[in-house]
Amino acid sequence: MDKHDYYHEHSHSYGIYVLVWLALMALTAITVAVAGMDIGKFTVATALIIASFKAYLVLTIFMHLRSETKTFLIFVLVALLFLGISFVLLFSDYSFQ
Amino acid sequence: MSTNTSTLGEHIHRDDIGSRMGMWLFLFTELILFGGMFLLYSVYKFQYSDSFFLAAKELNTIMGAFNTAVLLTSSLTMALSIVAIQRDQRVLSMLLQMVTIFLALFFLVNKYFEWSAKFSHGIYPGSEELLSKSSGEILFFGLYYVMTGLHGIHVLVGIFLIAVMTRMTRVGKITHDNYVRLENTGLYWHLVDIIWIFLFPLFYLIT
Repeated sequence: MDKHDYYHEHSHSYGIYVLVWLALMALTAITVAVAGMDIGKFTVATALIIASFKAYLVLTIFMHLRSETKTFLIFVLVALLFLGISFVLLFSDYSFQ
Repeated sequence: MSTNTSTLGEHIHRDDIGSRMGMWLFLFTELILFGGMFLLYSVYKFQYSDSFFLAAKELNTIMGAFNTAVLLTSSLTMALSIVAIQRDQRVLSMLLQMVTIFLALFFLVNKYFEWSAKFSHGIYPGSEELLSKSSGEILFFGLYYVMTGLHGIHVLVGIFLIAVMTRMTRVGKITHDNYVRLENTGLYWHLVDIIWIFLFPLFYLIT
């Protein structure tokens, strides 16, 4: 995509960012509220799921991944895949010790 | 992919997509840096689940949540400053950048009070009070200080970078048709935000 397309695709509007910010604030309130409840071992899992969703919003909207070319998306997915592999390898090693 | 822009008769080569891609590559190294620490955290969390649970109670959840809100808001003002420059609203963009810096400083001031409160209770790396606790709790606070400390350094670097961008916007080096440096600074700032999004629940909300 050339420069023109990139600049064209950006909506240049304030609204979407304010909406995402409101969603992020609401999710923070939810994660704090959920942590106050007694749901045993699901506490960390729930917190991480909410955090991942917040990170997804920041990546796609604030960091413009949604309007970048596919190459950027593949880059990020590969980076996350390798981080994921590190976690899987570490825990498979750890649990068989 | 490359773009040639003619300014004041000069022929300047510019590659905004390449520039942003380079920034993303740098951000991946940051991901691995913090990722390694999250790996360490997760293994010890698994191994010393009860101690981590106990130790996390010492942290102030309200303070942590408040700081999360401050950082999220600073990410918003950063994103809005880019929209402002795209619309050629230079002064508004500079104002939003300065609000971002202000919120980042506010975050650090809160962090300072938080750390001071811990220090005054004798909880700091190597303190007698901390060393008398179980090894799981020592590890929790060790990770807490290293990870929030490294994140704090990133916030400081971010403040410096945004200040440089504000200056560039003022002198006209960042304009409505040439703002990739502001975008890259924004990418860095949002990454710092994402790291905090994970640090917050892992240290404050596991009680």
